[in-house]
Amino acid sequence: MSMEIKSIQKDSLDKLFNSLKSRGNLIYAPVKVKNEVQFDFVEKFEQITDDFIQTTQSVKNSVFPKIETLFKFVKTGKEVKMLDMDMSLIPEIVIWGIHPCDVWGFDSLRAIFTWDTHDMFFEKRMDKLTIIGMSCAKADDYCFCTSVNLGPGSTKGSDVLLTKTGNGDYIAELVSDKGKALATSMPDVFVQAVQSKKEDFLVVVEKRFDSESLIPKMQKKETFDSPFWVTNSLRCLGCGACAYVCPTCACFDIQDEGYGARNIRFRCWDSCGLKQFTIHTSGHNPREVQSQRWRQRLMHKFAYMPERNKVTGCVGCGKCSRACPVDMNIAEQLQEIDQKM
Amino acid sequence: MDSLRRKAQQLLESKEVDCIIGYNEGSSGNVHAGFITTPGQAEKLIFDDRCKQNLGVYLTKHEVMRLGKLAIVAPVPVMRTVLILTYECQIVENSVKVLGIGLDGQFLDFNEYADIEKYLTDHCNEHPEEDKKLIEKISAMSVEERWDFWHETLKPCIKCFACRQACPMCYCVRCQVECNQPQWIPVQSSELGNMEWHFMRAMHLAGRCTGCGDCGRSCPLGIPVHLLTFKMSDVVLDNFNTKAGLTIKEPSTLSTYKANDKETFIR
Amino acid sequence: MSSIENIYKPYLMRVEKITNEAPDVRTFRLKFANPEDAASFSFKAGQFGEYSVLGEGESTFCIASAPTRKDYIECTFRRVGKVTSALSKLEEGDTMSFRGPYGNIFPIEDWKGKNLLYIAGGIALPPMRCVIWNTVDLRQDYKDITILYGARTVADLVYKHELQEWTDRPDIKLVTTVDPGGETPDWKGEVGFVPTVLEKMAPSSENTVAIVCGPPVMIKFTLPILSKLGFKDEDIFTTLENRMKCGFGKCGRCNVGKVFVCKDGPVFTLAQLKELPQEY
Ligand SMILES: Cc1cc2nc3c(=O)[nH]c(=O)nc-3n(C[C@H](O)[C@H](O)[C@H](O)COP(=O)(O)OP(=O)(O)OC[C@H]3O[C@@H](n4cnc5c(N)ncnc54)[C@H](O)[C@@H]3O)c2cc1C
Ligand code: SF4
Ligand code: SF4
Ligand code: SF4
Ligand code: SF4
Ligand code: FES
Repeated sequence: MSMEIKSIQKDSLDKLFNSLKSRGNLIYAPVKVKNEVQFDFVEKFEQITDDFIQTTQSVKNSVFPKIETLFKFVKTGKEVKMLDMDMSLIPEIVIWGIHPCDVWGFDSLRAIFTWDTHDMFFEKRMDKLTIIGMSCAKADDYCFCTSVNLGPGSTKGSDVLLTKTGNGDYIAELVSDKGKALATSMPDVFVQAVQSKKEDFLVVVEKRFDSESLIPKMQKKETFDSPFWVTNSLRCLGCGACAYVCPTCACFDIQDEGYGARNIRFRCWDSCGLKQFTIHTSGHNPREVQSQRWRQRLMHKFAYMPERNKVTGCVGCGKCSRACPVDMNIAEQLQEIDQKM
Repeated sequence: MDSLRRKAQQLLESKEVDCIIGYNEGSSGNVHAGFITTPGQAEKLIFDDRCKQNLGVYLTKHEVMRLGKLAIVAPVPVMRTVLILTYECQIVENSVKVLGIGLDGQFLDFNEYADIEKYLTDHCNEHPEEDKKLIEKISAMSVEERWDFWHETLKPCIKCFACRQACPMCYCVRCQVECNQPQWIPVQSSELGNMEWHFMRAMHLAGRCTGCGDCGRSCPLGIPVHLLTFKMSDVVLDNFNTKAGLTIKEPSTLSTYKANDKETFIR
Repeated sequence: MSSIENIYKPYLMRVEKITNEAPDVRTFRLKFANPEDAASFSFKAGQFGEYSVLGEGESTFCIASAPTRKDYIECTFRRVGKVTSALSKLEEGDTMSFRGPYGNIFPIEDWKGKNLLYIAGGIALPPMRCVIWNTVDLRQDYKDITILYGARTVADLVYKHELQEWTDRPDIKLVTTVDPGGETPDWKGEVGFVPTVLEKMAPSSENTVAIVCGPPVMIKFTLPILSKLGFKDEDIFTTLENRMKCGFGKCGRCNVGKVFVCKDGPVFTLAQLKELPQEY
């Protein structure tokens, strides 16, 4: 797909926001909450911030909500009836100001939810997204997007990617048909491109390893059996923090709520890092100790998904490392594997 | 710090212990737990203001226990953890070598747990000032205000259980959130369910919390759940005049009955 | 309704018949509440499904009836936890739910013209019952059919009337055994653990496939004996039981190495298992 380039002047960004809003879109954008920046639904342009490196949580909640109701049911005496969810209620959402790593996270989720059988909840929500990405002008040393074939200006997956230039105006790359249509419908917002080079405004993210070389190493039997995993996960606590903040982690649980009027079956987030994830009622646990669970997390992303789903299950955002209470640094560990194995 | 490193080195050289759980330099200016198994690595041990994690959490982790005889670098909350774990029969008295770090940051070479008890009689950690203020503020609220405060504060909880996993007192093989017959606490994160989860946890820590603050510190969303367990410590102190983990001679306050216990709080 | 289907939505099923097999073990015969569902439904031996009392959650059991027996499915389960307890409380005529079939199959087409040796322990006969009936119903396609079935005690043997039926048939060889101490005064079968009895039986591995299902310890001690008898790893079949939720390779729970037990299994040959990490 050929890409068109336009620009948006700094004082017409709110026009873009207001037009999107007036067309009935919900806008999911980064806002400041206490000391953190989180994505949330916003009403006013002024609520939005672009002054952050990473939000604590990813935006996966927009297509893979913490809780997704799968259907409702009604029980009257011995009769049981199931009621479908009204999929037409799924709103059009514009994701605003999302960084390229988070954007590409949707691709991993797509790989999981649509390989083999298709998950309609995910697909419907995905269809209703418009993604307005924002290149990164800042990074920290948890970021490693360039190690996994992405970068601070990567357009992959965005409908429109904005890059803020020196004078505050934006370069707007129209990546998808959806993005192009959006620009065409707002000619006063998307104006003639300026003569700036996007690369001048991107942060430099050092490449720590190369996923092309790492993946075959992760797939080797010796890597699986290596004492590396025990040594490097002794301090891991076995919580779900890393998985829950990760844009690509998609493990879930299916549960029922069957009290009172709320009779629903739903799916909710789960994590392979939790001991309970694999345990049988008998007490037998296929992944008995934390090193096996930590290994599963990295193997799933860098050995199994590349083979099975043809994607790397990690976009190098570093959210897991920032969220980890005990400084388990994923980039550092991957780099070590790449160097030693 | 040199005395700590020297002691560590000597313990490993003499094979008195197989592994020392301590603090190491981590990534991006962080410190993290290190598991030192050779005398040469003792150099990596550090201790400074950043070393706040309660390392006692590792004393009940299988893969750490498998390393052999353990020693642990122990600021005051870790000392208390060792004593609680002892009277709760999770570790055997004097089995884990305690390399104490006093409130003043000085290395303390304890021979046995009785020495720790002695030290703690007049060197117990207090809640940090800012937490004290917050607890006062919350305690001064009306019941309705307090409910709203916790409802709002706990709403974003994603139930990642980092708080539980970080807490050395949360060592249960099967946590109550994992019991499903009946399902006391909902599995998913939900507004009321989150409150049930955290209040249940606070109840189970009443009279057992060491005041390390790790539960709150671990939360990726910055939810101050430690205020709940801190408050429970205050309640236990007010009613029973006891603090957790100062002795191994008495089991936890809420599992002990004394004839002179005040019962006014049951009203 | 949307054009794509909701893969999480189960069929409603009527509990038609309940058989008490052993302490805490029950067999349900289930009929589709909606006749159209029944008409379009089909499965093959080895597959499983998610069974549920709505409001209590789902549980994974194999389909224990044979695909050659149309218009109903059966499952046999042991009451162990939340969902199985809720299922145990159901009565005939009650409504529950089922979704499936999921997973791969026993390659019974490839087994044509061979001898079949079935080895099952305890509650693992149900997964096998499906394929046993399937091959017995196509009896002429196979040579000798031998079944070795063991349980802890006589009371724990499931499908007692079918065991009788198999005993009575001249074209099936059935050996039953109970663990030492589990026998009753009138017990006529063997006494001893399954691997020990197997070693004594010493069946020929010539042109034979072995299908083994049972608790991990039984499998652990049975496999070396089969190898000793000359069975090749490719000719030994077993099923894995990993915790499952979705049944279609999305929830991540049953992931073992690059394999999803719910998609690529539950049936595996020993040769395949040897390629997998020991996370089952
Ligand atoms: C492919 C397959 C076929 C099976 N076939 C049968 C069968 O024919 N008969 C039978 O009695 N049992 C069978 N099981 C085991 C059965 O699924 C569990 O005993 C059952 O799910 C326990 O559920 P519960 O809700 O009563 O227990 P709880 O302890 O309340 O279960 C909670 C959850 O744990 C999971 N779980 C617990 N133990 C197991 C286990 N051993 N295997 C898989 N998931 C587990 C389930 O996801 C369940 O939803 C099979 C399992 C698999 C994977
Ligand atoms: S790596 Fe960190 S966040 Fe992930 S499970 Fe371990 S302790 Fe929790
Ligand atoms: S594994 Fe960590 S770095 Fe990779 S995508 Fe997930 S949160 Fe980001
Ligand atoms: S409850 Fe929190 S503060 Fe108390 S011991 Fe546990 S982690 Fe530390
Ligand atoms: S660590 Fe925070 S988000 Fe995680 S369960 Fe505890 S309070 Fe909730
Ligand atoms: S059961 Fe969900 S992936 Fe296999």
